[in-house]
Amino acid sequence: MEKPFNNRAWFMVLPVFIIVAFSAILPLMTVVNYSVQDTFGNNQFFWNGIGWFKELLDLSSELGGRFIDAMFRNFLFSFLILLIEIPLGIAVALAMPRQGWAVSVSLVLLALPLLIPWNVVGTIWQVFGRTDIGLLGWGLTSLGIDYNYVSGVLAAWITIIIMDVWHWTSLVVLLCYAGLRSIPDAFYQAARIDGASRWAIFCAIQLPKMSRVLVIAVLLRFMDSFMIYTEPFVVTGGGPGNATTFISIDLVKIALGQFDLGKAAALSLVYNLIILTVCWVFYTVMTHYESKDGRARP
Amino acid sequence: MTSIILENLAHAYRPNPSSPADYALKQATQIWESGGAYALLGPSGCGKTTLLNIISGLVIPSQGRVLFDGKDVTHLPTEQRNIAQVFQFPVIYDTMTVRENLAFPLRNRRVPEPQITARVAEIAALLDLTADLDYKAKGLTADSKQKISLGRGLVRPDVAAILFDEPLTVIDPHLKWELRSKLKEIHRKLDVTMIYVTHDQTEALTFADKVVVMSDGEVVQTGTPEELFERPAHTFVGHFIGSPGMNILPCTVSGTNAIVDGHTIALDAAYTPPAGARIELGIRPDFVHLAPHGTGLPVTIERIDDLGRHRIARVLLDGRKMAVTVPDSLSISGDQASITMLAHRIGIFADGHRLNPAAKEA
Amino acid sequence: MTLVLDAISRSVAGEVHSSNISLTLERGTLNVLLGPTLSGKTSLMRLMAGLDKPDSGHLSVDGRDVTGVSVGRRNVAMVYQQFINYPTLSVFENIASPLRVARLDRSEIDSRVRDAARLLRLEPMLDRTPAQLSGGQQQRTTIARALVKRADPVLMDEPLANLDYKLREELREELPKIFASSGAIFVYATTEPSEALLLGGNTATLSEGRVTQFGPTPHLYRDPFDLATAEVFSDPPLNTLTAEKRGSAFAIQGAPDLAAAGSLARLGDGRYTLGFRAHHLELTKPVAPALEIAGTVSVSEITGSESFIHLAMHGHNFVALTQGIHRLEIGEALTGYVDPAHLFAFDPSGRCVMAPASVQGGAVA
Repeated sequence: MEKPFNNRAWFMVLPVFIIVAFSAILPLMTVVNYSVQDTFGNNQFFWNGIGWFKELLDLSSELGGRFIDAMFRNFLFSFLILLIEIPLGIAVALAMPRQGWAVSVSLVLLALPLLIPWNVVGTIWQVFGRTDIGLLGWGLTSLGIDYNYVSGVLAAWITIIIMDVWHWTSLVVLLCYAGLRSIPDAFYQAARIDGASRWAIFCAIQLPKMSRVLVIAVLLRFMDSFMIYTEPFVVTGGGPGNATTFISIDLVKIALGQFDLGKAAALSLVYNLIILTVCWVFYTVMTHYESKDGRARP
Repeated sequence: MTSIILENLAHAYRPNPSSPADYALKQATQIWESGGAYALLGPSGCGKTTLLNIISGLVIPSQGRVLFDGKDVTHLPTEQRNIAQVFQFPVIYDTMTVRENLAFPLRNRRVPEPQITARVAEIAALLDLTADLDYKAKGLTADSKQKISLGRGLVRPDVAAILFDEPLTVIDPHLKWELRSKLKEIHRKLDVTMIYVTHDQTEALTFADKVVVMSDGEVVQTGTPEELFERPAHTFVGHFIGSPGMNILPCTVSGTNAIVDGHTIALDAAYTPPAGARIELGIRPDFVHLAPHGTGLPVTIERIDDLGRHRIARVLLDGRKMAVTVPDSLSISGDQASITMLAHRIGIFADGHRLNPAAKEA
Repeated sequence: MTLVLDAISRSVAGEVHSSNISLTLERGTLNVLLGPTLSGKTSLMRLMAGLDKPDSGHLSVDGRDVTGVSVGRRNVAMVYQQFINYPTLSVFENIASPLRVARLDRSEIDSRVRDAARLLRLEPMLDRTPAQLSGGQQQRTTIARALVKRADPVLMDEPLANLDYKLREELREELPKIFASSGAIFVYATTEPSEALLLGGNTATLSEGRVTQFGPTPHLYRDPFDLATAEVFSDPPLNTLTAEKRGSAFAIQGAPDLAAAGSLARLGDGRYTLGFRAHHLELTKPVAPALEIAGTVSVSEITGSESFIHLAMHGHNFVALTQGIHRLEIGEALTGYVDPAHLFAFDPSGRCVMAPASVQGGAVA
């Protein structure tokens, strides 16, 4: 076309570009820069090429071993979180009231955990689970259950998972609730007339109609749980041993504890790529499934 | 096949109705025969959907009873009433194929699989859906989706009545024809009681054997399409049925003459209207003859609408608007013309209700 | 103002939405876009409004090329099927909103809003909010807002589709008067042929993204350019059958030969599609030779004053619309007759080669 649409509107986007450049791209470039260099402190850097990356992906090296262990823990953690939070979130959303004052009350109650900062959540549960002064820890111990998140690997994992479930299931609930509310009443009426059981209504109407928001819920919870840092840092500090040392915790140990900026930078880049790849694969699969599903007959 | 009796039924959405205005549905008794095709016709807010929801069990009436074949079902939940419903917007199960959609009500009722297969095939053939059976229902057009909704009702051998809630709203005019005659055909074949809610007179009249015209929570007339057209019981029916509706003119009546603004119009019988009532004369545009200026009542032509197969003249009789059908052969020059009304087609209404000729009452 | 579309096309993701459309819309005219769902009415309106950019072709207003000019820089108003009003504002403020945006002074706004309200009979409701209005009043409010802006063109996309039948009838009667008094170019999309006829003006029939014909509404109805136009402009659907002309007669499968009398005699030998409207299929045998359709009744529908009878003959379906009540049993044998003077003839390419002579002289210019 000779006369294109008014392109001046693009200038409006410019401030966003600038902000994104400062907030994301420049720091990221710094990280890329660090990842190909080594330092012994004193702000002296020298070229290391792809050395850090090689070491990171070499499982026999110390760094590679640490990395692969932490990554395994990350995936296990995210898997467990999704396994618990998604069905639980759906269940709670289904059980929520549809109308009246109870709607606002339950929405406020659900939103409460979401409003608490990560480190506060960590602190709450750190105290709550202590066997000497924490209600949970003390209660369990006095019931004769061997619970101590400082020494027991299982107890530490359970504590962190319960903490995350407590903190974030509400998000899944709210998303699912929004999805459920968008289903017209006629669908429920039709299903009742068709004699559908509660389970059949769930499978035939509610789950399909929630699928879009569920994709978003799964993505958000995966990304967030995969990046977990604050809670285990506050509660277990990555222990006992390395049992709850996730990639992010290890990253901070390497970067700030050992001041291995190059290693840490390489690690964080790979970490980033993993999240991106998993999300991309997940998103593509889900949207592809959707579009195939909706295709009109030839 | 079920007869439906609504006994002294009334409904108010607010808890303690005091005045008639609080009732969405005013008290009335309706008897609907088994196997009939009924249409509930009226403008939005007239209570027709409330009535439908009471029959389907989604609303429990504030008073009165609902009887299916003599059995009180007033408090039975929807799923125990053996009814099927087709909604305004197609309700289909997105993830299922057409076949699975049709089988769904039977699977829920644990019908043996071979029986399901046979029944689904039969209903699909009836609805011309056989070729689509293995496609996802989601990808089909709106009219096919409505057929699936209907099919899910028909597939149940025990279905007592099928309720339609403005089912053609989202369908193209061309396909409306097809779908409507399909409904009619199915009604004839299956002999199932059908109740059809709509605000569109053409849909109601073409579909139903008996049309129930509602206005303001009240049933104003129940009758065959001919009855509604020829002898509307109320001016509302006269206005609502027919396009354009009946011409309604305020008048006074003396013996076999009606007087409209000083013009005398001959009637086919004598009427003795109650004193103090608002008297009106009603006549359909089809029964008013338009002729070049001469004998008859003088009118001024405002406009002539050419509707393709006939023309409608908008005329003024002493400033009162009327619609008149224009005969094919007539060509009129200028804006002055005359009208004559067919005496036996004139209805006289007192406070909106049709009067019977005095001779019959005496 | 004149709005000219010159060979405009647009496709989205490989699907043709508008195909080589050329139209000239004159100032103060009402232009109906008639076609079934997905025939491209909305796409065409979006192109006219500047909401979408054509892949090729030009759009000009009074000779000025506005092809690339976005909707915000043109004085266009759109009315949709849904009643779109600001829920918290009064009817007055709803109508006034485009004028407030344009920063007109108070007295000017007041007089314009009251004028539009008078035209649309909204005066008693100016202080209410949309929630307190009926559907018809809400839609009248959106139309008033379009008028008050003095927009040109005003584009209306099935504005009455969501209204009750009787309300629709009322507004249909009002709209032509309102349009005539405003002087802007109106474009009105509808799926219903009867609505197009009632509104009058010009009609463009659309089929699969193509404008099949554009011209005065009754002219298109009586003298369609091709089969597609005739089909779009028929409700009930146009009855068609194929016939082969050999010499002085048409051979029709499953029906007696039809003598090619009158204007039919002028057609050359070959295959034709014969079409006729439902109200021309009659149940009483006329004196003159007629096309005979012998079939069985598949459905009959009675509207109170008329009957629709669906006939099946050799796998073809025909609809007859007859005056009076005809009670017929399904499966009953029935013969319908069509006066040859009411036949349309289309050649194999779909071109209308013969249309019935107008019986209502003077109606067509």
